Parts: sequence; C-alpha cells; structure tokens
Amino acid sequence: MGINTDKNSYTIIFAVIMVVVVGSILAGFANGLKPMIKANERYEKQQNILFAMGVNENAGPNDVAFIPTDRVEATFNEYITKQLVLQGGEITEDDQAYLIDIDKEKVMAQKDASYNRKLPIFVGQKDGEELYVIPVRGKGLWDAIWGYVALDKSMTIIGVYFDHKGETPGLGAEIKQRYFMDDFTGEAFLTGEEFEGIAVAKGNNDPKNLDKSDNEVDALAGATITGDGVTTMLRQDVKEYVPFFKNLSTGNN
Amino acid sequence: MALLSKKDGKLLMDPLADNNPITIQVLGICSALAITAQLKPSIVMAISVMFVMGVGNVVISLMRNIIPSKIRIIVQLVVVATLVIIVDQVLKAFAYELSKELSVFIGLIITNCIIMGRFEAFALANGTWRSFLDGIGNAAGYGLILVIVGFFRELLGSGTLFGFPVLGDPVEKTGLYAIGYENNGFMVLPPMALIVVGIIIWVQRSRNKALIEEN
Repeated sequence: MGINTDKNSYTIIFAVIMVVVVGSILAGFANGLKPMIKANERYEKQQNILFAMGVNENAGPNDVAFIPTDRVEATFNEYITKQLVLQGGEITEDDQAYLIDIDKEKVMAQKDASYNRKLPIFVGQKDGEELYVIPVRGKGLWDAIWGYVALDKSMTIIGVYFDHKGETPGLGAEIKQRYFMDDFTGEAFLTGEEFEGIAVAKGNNDPKNLDKSDNEVDALAGATITGDGVTTMLRQDVKEYVPFFKNLSTGNN
Repeated sequence: MALLSKKDGKLLMDPLADNNPITIQVLGICSALAITAQLKPSIVMAISVMFVMGVGNVVISLMRNIIPSKIRIIVQLVVVATLVIIVDQVLKAFAYELSKELSVFIGLIITNCIIMGRFEAFALANGTWRSFLDGIGNAAGYGLILVIVGFFRELLGSGTLFGFPVLGDPVEKTGLYAIGYENNGFMVLPPMALIVVGIIIWVQRSRNKALIEEN
C-alpha cells in the first residue's frame, strides 16, 4: 500500500467515508427490518392483553405461554369486542386503541395541565362475561415496567400481565412470573365505593394470599422498589378509569 | 485438526483453556457478572459475542492497512457498535422473545473489553483467516466461562436450568426441598458471579501449575 495513512487529510477523508458507509448500512438494516419489528411489537401487545384476560396457552402452573403470533390477530378480534378511548368525559370507539402510546400521553398530560390524556380501555368477552382490560405503565428500579389489568364491572381483578424493561434478573424481574401475577387475581381495587388500589406489601399477614379483600398481595423478596413501582403504577393508572366504572354500574354508558 | 494447521488450531483452542480471556487475562468480567444469573441469556450472549467478534476481527483485519493509526480505536469502536446494532435489530425482527429477554445485554457487548482487545492486539496485525479463528476462539473461551458460571448460578440460586425446575418445587416442597434444601439467594446477585469465576480460576491453576505467576 502506497498511501501515507498518517496524513491528516487522509484521516479526515477516511473518517468521513467510514461514517457514510456505516450510516447507510445501518439505515438500510433499520428500514428493511422495520415492518417486521413493528409487527412483532403489535403482536406482543395483543398477546399481553389476551394473557391478562386469561386467554393463553398455559399448560402448567408456571407457564407464561401466549397465543402464538400466527393466530394472535384472529384471536384478538374474537375476544375483544370493543376498544374504547376515554378522553375528558368523551368515550369514542377506536379499533387501533391498543396502539396508543401511553408514555407519550402521560408526558403530554404532564406538560399541559389542561390536556386530558387518552385512556384506552378494551372491552372483552370471555365465557359470556364482559370484562375490561386497562393498560398500565410505571417505573421499577432500573427502567420502565408496564402491564395490562383485566377487571370485571366491580373493578375486581380477573387477571394481570406485567412486564419490565430491565429489572434485576431473579429479583425484580420476577414480576412477570406466574406466581406473582396470579396473586392479583380476585383482588379488588375498591373498598366499598372508595378507590383503594392494590399494594404490593412486604410483611403482610397473608403470604399465601388467601385473603382477597385486603387490597394487598405479598411482595417479592429483594425487589422492594420494583414492588413499590407496581403499587404506584396500579394506583395511578387504574384510578383514572374509576369514573368509567362508576358510570358502568349506574348504566350511564 | 486436519482442517487447520497446528498454528491455526492453537489460535482457536488456546483461548478455551490456557489463555482464556476471562480466567487468565481477566477481561470481560463486567458482562460475565451481569448476565450469568441464568443459563439461557449466558448462551445467547456467548453466541452474539461470537458473531460480533468473528465478523469484527475479519473486518478490522481486511482494513488493517488503510486504517489511519491516529483514529484506529474510534474505527474499532464504530465496527463493534455497527455489528452490535445489526445483531440487536435482527434479533428484534426474527427472535423477538429472545431479544426482549436480553434487552440491555446486547448493547453491553459494545463495552466488552475482550472485543476491543482482540481487535487492537490481533486483527490489526494479522491476516483475515487467522483473525477469524482468533475471534471465534476468544469468543468461545469467553462463552465457555459464561455458560459454566450461568449453570451454577441458576442451579444453586433458583433451582432451575433453562427455567425448568430441576430440584423440585420450593413452594410445594417437593424433590430436594422436601429434605430441607433451600435455594441460595446470594447466587443471583452479581458478587457471587465474581466468586464463581474465582473458583474456576483456582481450579484451573491448581490443575495447571504453569499458569501460576511468579511473585
């Protein structure tokens, strides 16, 4: 090679060419794979919503098995009868409501106090019962946590699904394990008429979670902050839907 | 080793034992601590590093004569980062479940000092084929330790392997738990990875005294 690779001009040209080449390779990859990644994300949401409703392929007590991606779209349309968006006092129907970015809505609501954020809620039908699935989002110890909560008319939990971005494996990451999620089933958000929420509590007197009226589930050892995150997430996000459920019981919807 | 000459074979096999990047050179410890709480992420991490390292070493080796020496570290970094982003995107598109499980760990490959170390020490000065073997060998040596540590941490810490309960059910008290065995919660915490790596180093050096440094 007869090039003097120590010259400044050569270094700069090399850097520029490298950036252009690498940039186009990555842009090409990102563009080419984008439809597949988007589809995967969409299927995942549908799978999670169905899982919270109890529509899944679980065989054993510890399984977290979703409806496979090739069937999830059809199954989703079968079980979810209506997708509603609540904004202010308005209720509109929108069959893309499950794609609403809750983070973005929250940020907009935070910046502008007069903005009523869009609250998606999915009305489903399972075994002849009407149920309502609410998306929730919050923060754990390291990063975002989120989930879906399936409720009946009286705001009692039928099923939940939790997921997280980067909680500690073996500790906070256990919120997506069945033994934790199953504890929520049957717990109520309301005490009488009051909204109470559900606390992930350390040292409650009910580690096996037999008492379903205490608004508490047993915490995970070593995952206090993640557990508190789940508590806050459920309190804040589900609370926004209380008027909807109140109207439901009085028959105003 | 009929396929490879003796020298090339050594490039591939040495990092697995006597010149292991983790236990002998003590590189790449950070990621070995972070992801070995369970076996499955350890294995996927090993495979991903093997891809990045194999391809990266080849790319650097091909460019070794035209890379300006002043910015060679930056060039190396760009190559690693590009490959890691490609791995991340491909996993997201074709193995979404897996990519979610690994999430941040894939990004962590960029910070793996073994990769930069091999680029700098080997690929910049050697031919393409030899660089490829060196990359695969070192990644395999790294992966081997990851899998061993992951195996013990998951088995002793959670009583499972690949998520399957192999020691019985700790809640229902079946299997080993029936006779009073308990999971060791310490095993899922990062410091225990360091101790397990330490034990591996101890075993390795007591079996091969030549590895012990003179003081």
